[in-house]
Amino acid sequence: MPFGNTHNQLKMNYTAEQEYPDLSQHNNHMAKVLTLEMYESLRDKQTPSGFTVDDVIQTGVDNPGHPFIMTVGCVAGDEETYEVFKDLLDPIIEDRHGGYKPTDKHKTDLNPDNLQGGDDLDPNYVLSSRVRTGRSIRGFCLPPHCSRGERRAIEGLSVEALGALDGDLKGKYYALKDMTEEEQQQLIDDHFLFDKPVSPLLLASGMARDWPDARGIWHNDNKTFLVWVNEEDHLRVISMQKGGNMKEVFNRFCTGLTKIEELFKEKGHEFMWNEHLGYVLTCPSNLGTGLRGGVHVKLPNLSKHEKFGEVLKRLRLQKRGTGGVDTAAVGGVFDISNADRLGFSEVELVQMVVDGVKLLVEMEKRLEAGQSIDDLMPEQK
Amino acid sequence: MASSFARILSSKRKVGILSLVGAGSLTVGFFLNREQHVNAGAHVRRIYPASAEYPDLRKHNNCMASHLTPAVYAKLCDKTTPNGYTLDLAIQTGVDNPGHPFIKTVGMVAGDEESYEVFADIFNPVIKERHNGYDPCNMKHPTDLDSSKIRGGQFDEKYVLSSRVRTGRSIRGLSLPPACTRAERREVERVVIDALAGLKGDLAGKYYSLTLMTEQEQQQLIDDHFLFDKPVSPLLTCAGMARDWPDARGIWHNNEKTFLVWVNEEDHTRVISMEKGGNMKRVFERFCKGLQEVERLIQEKGWEFMWNERLGYILTCPSNLGTGLRAGVHVTLPRLSKDPRFPKILDNLRLQKRGTGGVDTAAVGNTFDISNLDRLGQSEVQLVQTVIDGVNYLIECEKKLERGQDIKIPAPISQFK
Repeated sequence: MPFGNTHNQLKMNYTAEQEYPDLSQHNNHMAKVLTLEMYESLRDKQTPSGFTVDDVIQTGVDNPGHPFIMTVGCVAGDEETYEVFKDLLDPIIEDRHGGYKPTDKHKTDLNPDNLQGGDDLDPNYVLSSRVRTGRSIRGFCLPPHCSRGERRAIEGLSVEALGALDGDLKGKYYALKDMTEEEQQQLIDDHFLFDKPVSPLLLASGMARDWPDARGIWHNDNKTFLVWVNEEDHLRVISMQKGGNMKEVFNRFCTGLTKIEELFKEKGHEFMWNEHLGYVLTCPSNLGTGLRGGVHVKLPNLSKHEKFGEVLKRLRLQKRGTGGVDTAAVGGVFDISNADRLGFSEVELVQMVVDGVKLLVEMEKRLEAGQSIDDLMPEQK
Repeated sequence: MASSFARILSSKRKVGILSLVGAGSLTVGFFLNREQHVNAGAHVRRIYPASAEYPDLRKHNNCMASHLTPAVYAKLCDKTTPNGYTLDLAIQTGVDNPGHPFIKTVGMVAGDEESYEVFADIFNPVIKERHNGYDPCNMKHPTDLDSSKIRGGQFDEKYVLSSRVRTGRSIRGLSLPPACTRAERREVERVVIDALAGLKGDLAGKYYSLTLMTEQEQQQLIDDHFLFDKPVSPLLTCAGMARDWPDARGIWHNNEKTFLVWVNEEDHTRVISMEKGGNMKRVFERFCKGLQEVERLIQEKGWEFMWNERLGYILTCPSNLGTGLRAGVHVTLPRLSKDPRFPKILDNLRLQKRGTGGVDTAAVGNTFDISNLDRLGQSEVQLVQTVIDGVNYLIECEKKLERGQDIKIPAPISQFK
């Protein structure tokens, strides 16, 4: 609870056993890891801003999960959450991020020149390309825990920084609570407008408090670079365009992020980052790069092939419907993106997407022509 | 009320010292001296001044927003109750739910009994507005559960299909649903079902825990229209009442299915007495008997209900203070409901109509839910009598219209007796 460190001490009047959540129906990463002993050892702790273990796990307690989809079941309220509650979060991170150890180091690489190719994905198949990530401003609490004053300060700083962008990055901020009907409709038509979260996973963590205060959308005049302010994270940064020129998308992504970071530094602020966890975000699933780079691609034949799932797995890619996570594909068009976030650099992840999608399109063409794809099967990356 | 404080001191509960401060019956002064003594640990963390934290309420239409000026916010935002509940927590639901242009919601909740004292500067005007002028600063609320005082109360069953009385009760010393910890909520459950297990005769019954109920039990409870679900209304979820669902929630009912208790839904308990037909007197008798029995049983174990003479029974939502009582009938009024004077008649009788699906539903086939408007400032007996007299009047109007006679709008009955 915001400002609620007092509440934590109230709980100490009861034993750990009396307070320990009932996780018997649960299937999320938190429930797998949080034993009574661990809960007992963590429950008297709090971060400097007062975030407690019960705050971390509330969303996982309230949302038992799905038998087939493994959700994370916890959130961070500030940067220190990952330190103070490392006994809980390290095993979750290890499980969620393919064996990433507490001693591992994460590489950040936002130099777009290091990306090979990526400018020639076949636009007959690749309809659009997109890269997104998130950033948190060091020194402020994260969306589950921040106060109205903090959230407004984050908005103010972000709008100031974004306002200094120029060239093809020059743009405009639309505060959710001030936008006109016309602006709102335009943003909906552009598929830019985000709404108050409805997913109980998010609501239960407290991220939607005080909506729509201090939330907004910034985008450049060309509508190829977009920033969400105070939605699930302090900032979500998106670079996108129609067609298959992922290199250009990634260029703009890196340039924009680097510029924004410089502008923040000029005002004495930096992003939350460390060499173990990379960029620190609200949900442990987005640590490291926080990067999801993907395309909307037509794969009507390949998607029906029995080896489709195996191919994606070996390429370290995941499929989603074009409506986003958990939607179904429509008309054979899939959203294909990197499965990893942490333990690989931004360049490495986008390279996987570029190389992987190239191969998928080649396979699609083979199947169209009635030929086999056996010789194209990739090795496990 | 010193005796009840002594009882709390001597009880054998495991709950620590914080619960002692929950003795709401002591003078207000005691609390106001204690409010800075947060047993609970460090003081409230505050980085930004009140002006930077003050919520944007320009689009809001609820009672909280009408009365929470920047000055009141600044005065209260650093305070906490002994359990650590803050103003920001109390108003969160009202900030998150601006309201409806036509329906004015309350917009705030209490996290514990002391909330009503520590944040009196905002609760009092909200209470006054919501309860039609009842002023907690200089008025007393009467409690009367003596059902023998009821006159009449057997309705013409040609018109009245069912009768029901509901209220809520909170266990003193434990935080309310927006703020309670899991252990506190489990303790509420334990205390309540322990007491309910002591009920005998026509009140003997059984508890169905939401976490443990079987498929068959669940289906039976649905068929009986007893089962409550996890709240979906954002008014409730934004206040934090649905945390940890369904842990420590459940439904108890007697074998005859005429007395029902919800545990840990919107309040610690919601108590409902009901039957088909028009015997409101018997419904209210069972209501009073059941409540008094439960109170006796929890007192045997050293517990009591939250109550004071300023606000009556303390519940989570300020709209339910006082009696927390809604007594009503499902009644068919095909002619009267079409008469343009119907709303004014209801108003003067201090009754409200709802559809038979509950608040904000539409009436189906001329059958309405008619119940008392008021909760605070009149006793249970007075409110139920108001419903009885009022519904009788409505039935008389319906009969007159049937006979082709004209009806009259009654004089408005006085509000605070």
